[in-house]
Amino acid sequence: MRRTTPKIAGTALVLAIGLVLTGCSSKETPSDDGSPSDGGTSAAAADLSIQPLVQIDDKGGEVPAADTSNAADPAGDGTAKCDPVSIAMAGALTGPNAALGINILNGAKLAVDAHNAANADCQVTVKEFDTEGDPQKATQVAPSIVSDSSVIGLLGPAFSGETKAVGPVFSQAGLLSLTASATNPDLTTNGWTNFFRGLANDAVQGPSVAAYMVNTLKFAKVCVVQDDSDYGVGLAEQITSGLGDAADSACAAKVKTGDKDFSATVQIIKGESPDAVFYAGYYAEGAPFAAQLKEGGVTAAFVSADGTNDPEFVKQAGAAAKDAYLSCPCGPAPDTFASDYTAKFNVAPGVYSVEAYDLATIMLKGIDSGVKDRAGLIDFVKNYDGDGLARHYQWDATGELASALIWIYQVK
Amino acid sequence: MSAVMTVGTTLASGVISFDLGSLGRNFWALTIDGLTYGSIYALVAVGYTLVYGVLRLINFAHSEIFMLGMFGQYATLMLLGFTPSGNAYQEGTVMTVVYLLIAMIGGMIVAGGSAVGLERVAYRPLRKRGAPSLVFLITAIGASFIIQEFVHFVLPKLTGGKLGGVNAQQPIRLVEAQVQFSIFGADVTNVEIIIVLAAILLAVATERFISITKFGRGIRAVAQDPVTATLMGVSRERVIMLTFLIGGVLAGAAALLYTLRVPSGIIYSGGFILGIKAFSAAVLGGIGNLRGALLGGLLLGVMELYGQALFGTEWRDVVAFVVLILVLMIRPTGILGESLGRARA
Amino acid sequence: MSTESITPALQLGVGDRLRLWWDALARPTQWLVGVPFIVLIALLPVIRPPVLTTVGTDFGGVLAQFGMYALLAIGLNVVVGQTGLLDLGYVGFYAIGAYTVGLLTSPDSPWNLTDDWLSRDWAWLFALPVAIAITAISGLLLGTPTLRLRGDYLAIVTLGFGEIVRLLADNLSNITGGGRGLSQIAYPVVGESASKPNGVFSAGNTSQPLNSGTWWFWLSIVLIIIVLLVVGNLERSRVGRAWVAIREDEDAAEIMGVPTFKFKLWAFLIGASIGGLSGALYAGQVQFVVPSTFNVINSMLFLCAVVLGGQGNKLGVILGAFIIVYLPNFFLGRTELFGIPINGNDIANYKYLFFGLALVVLMIFRPQGLIPARQKLLTYGRSIYVATRRAALALAATPAPAPAAAEPSDTTEGGAR
Repeated sequence: MRRTTPKIAGTALVLAIGLVLTGCSSKETPSDDGSPSDGGTSAAAADLSIQPLVQIDDKGGEVPAADTSNAADPAGDGTAKCDPVSIAMAGALTGPNAALGINILNGAKLAVDAHNAANADCQVTVKEFDTEGDPQKATQVAPSIVSDSSVIGLLGPAFSGETKAVGPVFSQAGLLSLTASATNPDLTTNGWTNFFRGLANDAVQGPSVAAYMVNTLKFAKVCVVQDDSDYGVGLAEQITSGLGDAADSACAAKVKTGDKDFSATVQIIKGESPDAVFYAGYYAEGAPFAAQLKEGGVTAAFVSADGTNDPEFVKQAGAAAKDAYLSCPCGPAPDTFASDYTAKFNVAPGVYSVEAYDLATIMLKGIDSGVKDRAGLIDFVKNYDGDGLARHYQWDATGELASALIWIYQVK
Repeated sequence: MSAVMTVGTTLASGVISFDLGSLGRNFWALTIDGLTYGSIYALVAVGYTLVYGVLRLINFAHSEIFMLGMFGQYATLMLLGFTPSGNAYQEGTVMTVVYLLIAMIGGMIVAGGSAVGLERVAYRPLRKRGAPSLVFLITAIGASFIIQEFVHFVLPKLTGGKLGGVNAQQPIRLVEAQVQFSIFGADVTNVEIIIVLAAILLAVATERFISITKFGRGIRAVAQDPVTATLMGVSRERVIMLTFLIGGVLAGAAALLYTLRVPSGIIYSGGFILGIKAFSAAVLGGIGNLRGALLGGLLLGVMELYGQALFGTEWRDVVAFVVLILVLMIRPTGILGESLGRARA
Repeated sequence: MSTESITPALQLGVGDRLRLWWDALARPTQWLVGVPFIVLIALLPVIRPPVLTTVGTDFGGVLAQFGMYALLAIGLNVVVGQTGLLDLGYVGFYAIGAYTVGLLTSPDSPWNLTDDWLSRDWAWLFALPVAIAITAISGLLLGTPTLRLRGDYLAIVTLGFGEIVRLLADNLSNITGGGRGLSQIAYPVVGESASKPNGVFSAGNTSQPLNSGTWWFWLSIVLIIIVLLVVGNLERSRVGRAWVAIREDEDAAEIMGVPTFKFKLWAFLIGASIGGLSGALYAGQVQFVVPSTFNVINSMLFLCAVVLGGQGNKLGVILGAFIIVYLPNFFLGRTELFGIPINGNDIANYKYLFFGLALVVLMIFRPQGLIPARQKLLTYGRSIYVATRRAALALAATPAPAPAAAEPSDTTEGGAR
């Protein structure tokens, strides 16, 4: 007892000195210095961004970008007259995947504000409903949307899981559900006459990306990792069947939403030494997963899809995000759109912003043409045929677009 | 061996897949990983076991003390000037250790302080009123809620969004995990070494404290017989405060070690599951028994990882609950089975 | 000895006076008074009184949720309040009830009966008793190995079971759909019409004020009354008295010949069945089940409702459930209250914080809850009590000092409430 007192005092002194010394020094943001353990320099994470590479068809072959000069303008001709109505937007506005929902909300607001500014006699409001991307929370929010009689159309739900959860509610209520982001192919097989998808689904994205990985990027062995969301499971299924022999079933792993620690999965993947790891899920898990893969010494390329395709992924994964391939059924933002968006919201547009803008424009066109109720808006969308910034919009009987393609991006 | 395997596979193949091969292939890697996590569970389990030994109370809110420790060490790092980023800081070995020590002390202060505060505000009034243990447990649940939601909603308002909130904190990585050497083909990283070494040091220090020092003897005395201890001049209230303090301090240290291993785990809900696992570890080793808590922690950590390899990665959390239930049903006193009050602490 | 009667003035509060008056009424009179009250509660979503009606969310939906939580609170009250077994995993029974209905009626489930021989209109009604039965069996399965444990250990073990149920639902994704959940669960199809092609219980029924939420609320009121009758009967019988004995001192009860294990198991069974019933209601109303709904925080919330309202008092826990459900929704979307500007959404977000505070404060200052249980142990205690009270009032009316035995507060009040 007596002997430990000087020891304690000594340690305390050392610590105190250390505290004083460290408090005075300034911290540089981490960049490559000292002894890099892997060869080559790693650029600071602040320099990385997601750049579009190429638009592909379902064989993985390149398709040139479409011409957007005929895109519908939400401002219209400025003479619309209507009673005040609102459109709802439901998606992840807070929570771990909030960036994806906010992209959609901002795109819609850009269109609606342009419309309201040009048409003084027709003011449309956007009502936001935050579901945190959680199907369970969505079930609590959906009745509020449905019971609000001023809402005649819904832009959303954003994620496939929540669409699956509350789709029946909107279908029974006869409310238009126009989604800018939910890509699970099974959503249109439920016989919902009110549901329309504004982008390609995973039955197109899966085979396209798989073909691109095998044919263009020449990956011979791929580990497909899925999360437990409706989107992740559906996409993983499509990718695995598209990859065929290239998908290694020994390292096909599952992670859960909210997981932060992927050490067991990293262990398994490292044992298999694949050429690429495909992650089917959202960036909240995708970013730490990519970081832990790099830390675990896995050198395979990281490929993922639209759920991970956001600057938040780059920010949270840091240097591990470099050279990652990210696909999306959504295209890059055209220049004027991007500059308007950035000027208004102080942040660059993300995935689905363009789709949200286009779909909100379609709903606004419907309101401008005199639609006053929910059934009328459904009819309008059903029969719509026109160009938007991202693509041509015309829906078939099940609510899928007639033609839609996939874009590949890379983090560099 | 193969007969057991075939029986096992046929029994479980319908619903849960059983993969002994994966266990065999990765055995040493899983063991090392398991010992790493187990050290963290052991440190948190000491908090549960000490409080139970002295008060016969399961401090349900101890998991939130751990969570506060995580935020405490994160705040300390932020105060030192570090900012969250995707890459690890490279400050050199000595400075990194110093920073880690400072962060650990910061976490310990926050966790220890909150543990003592919790005791004074929530448990002491109940003790004074002689409440039944059901009431203590319900209060602990209420305290758990309060602390979690405080970090969830109030802390972002107090810190301008930098701490707390619905999302996990962006990780501040001080140590980049680098493989140092291999044992039987399994890689051992510097992070794992730091965690296990620190845990061993802290465990030994705690054990010496409990066995040798006057305060430690006081804790054992109150655990064995509170009335006689009071008659012998031991201040029960002070011992209780010290017990909570030690538990909190160890949880704060464990918080830093956990953040080294899982940097993106600092979230308001990040304490709960770990708390349950640590409690299972304490029960496994023998609740009320300090060495039991340490042993139980290591065992549970290893069992979890083996379970993951055997049944699939998603079954990890189930292992802890199943162990808990089995131990409570088959051998409620745990492996080591003795209480804190006995001479062999 | 002095002939003056030193009658201590009984300090009766408002609540006490109310209860004494209520206790003195004969049973039929109690029903006569109670039924209009129940009808008034049932008409709340129709009348939509101005201050009470929730602003940010549908009032009918809030009341429907209150109905479900009230059922859960009554069920948990049987386990925690009556028998004194702290069950922290009650949400597991809720989950099993909801998942049973889901597994039997959702197109995503491999055990879906509705594409076989069961018509979707009647599927929910068919699945309801099945859900109750299966949850009761699960209560049996949980109780048999664990009810030998006491106090804190039982609490943690039940917590473990609740989590295991959730994790099983999450991991056995071939059967339960895992994190994707089971969607398009059947609901009772009643009252179809041109404007309501799917019936009044469907989510498409948005007509105000009799929307689907209101109809589910009425259904839950009917179920609550039935459950209250059943539980009340049990409370007044040998089973109920055994529960009270177990709660007060289990060892003494065992020594006095009460088969404690059997009755504890009964408590679990009944609590589980009621939980399963509520789960089935939830599945039918929301038409979607996912494991993340059935987490530990909800278990704590149910416990909060029971503790807040008054453990052991089956009407008190209904009040507790009402507070738990209604108060956060009251603030949702509200931007001003009596002229003071407030941020209602923020306050609604703080609900767990407030409930935690309420729990801690209540446990320190009023552990018996808002409406405490009054312990009554004699079978014919009610009639004795009524008769004694009448006699006491008659005696009190006469000025002569009366023997002290006539004080109503001295008799043991019989008849469980």
